[in-house]
Amino acid sequence: MSPFTTWDILRNLLFAAEWTILLSLVAFIGGGIVGLAVLFARTGRNAALRRVSMVYIELIQGTPLLMQLFLSFFGLSLLGFDVPPWFAAGLSLTLWTSAFLAEIWRGCVEAIPRGQWEASSSLAMTYFEQMRHVVLPQALRIAVPPTVGFSVQVVKGTALTSIIGFVELSKASTMITNATFQPFVVYGLAALVYFALCWPLSKSSQILERKLNVAHRNH
Amino acid sequence: MAYVFDYGAIVPYAPLIAKGVGITVELTVIGGALGVGLGIVCAWARSLGPRWLRPPVTLYVELIRNTPFLIQLFFIFFGLPSIGVSLGEMQAAILAMVINLGAYGCEIIRAGIEATPRGQFEAGASLAMTRIQTFRHVVLMPALQRIWPALTSQIVIVMFGSAVCSQIAVEDITFAANFIQSRTFRAFEAYIIATVLYLVLALILRQVMRSLGTLLFPRRRAAR
Repeated sequence: MSPFTTWDILRNLLFAAEWTILLSLVAFIGGGIVGLAVLFARTGRNAALRRVSMVYIELIQGTPLLMQLFLSFFGLSLLGFDVPPWFAAGLSLTLWTSAFLAEIWRGCVEAIPRGQWEASSSLAMTYFEQMRHVVLPQALRIAVPPTVGFSVQVVKGTALTSIIGFVELSKASTMITNATFQPFVVYGLAALVYFALCWPLSKSSQILERKLNVAHRNH
Repeated sequence: MAYVFDYGAIVPYAPLIAKGVGITVELTVIGGALGVGLGIVCAWARSLGPRWLRPPVTLYVELIRNTPFLIQLFFIFFGLPSIGVSLGEMQAAILAMVINLGAYGCEIIRAGIEATPRGQFEAGASLAMTRIQTFRHVVLMPALQRIWPALTSQIVIVMFGSAVCSQIAVEDITFAANFIQSRTFRAFEAYIIATVLYLVLALILRQVMRSLGTLLFPRRRAAR
């Protein structure tokens, strides 16, 4: 058996980080699409849909992500579906992301002055037309910094999928630790890889926010 | 295949679940209190503290906020013993939660401190208050009041995060659910009960924080 060098450890962690990135992208894009649907339901005119989407958001934001992962991983397989870890991971992270994004975006939509809604509705626009042409283009501007900021939570959330056996950065760290008996080095390096993924996102969210505030002041 | 729910299978494990709730509450209360304390110290250091103290505190906050709690926990529990710092699983879990909440709390409380108008510092000084008195009465308390809702949400998030501590054999709610799942194969029932317990605990925690808020900031209640 050849001994692991620090470089070997780092190289294997970087391989595993590809899965972290892929899962983050799936969750973020999928969550964005579902989140948009939830946003429409949450801010729309149908009272029943508003209630349902509110309960959905409250349930997901009000329970640990780990429980949602366990329910989809162990729960779905009891219903007779064969659920591989990657599917359970992708599904629960997508739903989790959608609830948070919908709530972030709702704040942005509600920041648009009432007059804009009234003006567009006096032009006989339907709700979707109002959202598409009047509200969303303006809400998008304020939505960008918090959305980018939330992507950091998604990347960190993927770490939990290691617990149901999805092999990404965290699971790989545990596996490498079991092989090398160097937890200090392995988890330290894993933390640095996560930091390298998340910090640029955090920073750009901050910079975007500052830029936006400058624009606000000039108005 | 239709799934038949059988909550009866869970009943014998009620004491285990009750113990789990106790541990989760213990983690949250101790981790929350110490974490907010650390957050206050770091917020002071970053906004009003000596200049040399700012870079290390900023580094700490950025490092913690940009890495997953799971990795922080594993680093503390598995990693630290190799440099001679051995912690029990409860101590490791609490330490990880304190360090985690300290970083997030720092940013939240700092936002509250920086919203303090300059004139208030001068007003405090003109009343012959020492710097510490000014910080405590003039800066910190109004700042805490301003950011109390955000701090409450963060503590709830940390409580949800504590579910991860079951991975280092802390016998919390999640540990109990995992145990029941592995013994009875009643995964749905076990995890639904655990999820509902977290939901209820979060509601109680929010209520406690609200009461604590009105207790801590009594005179300013009317102003809100």
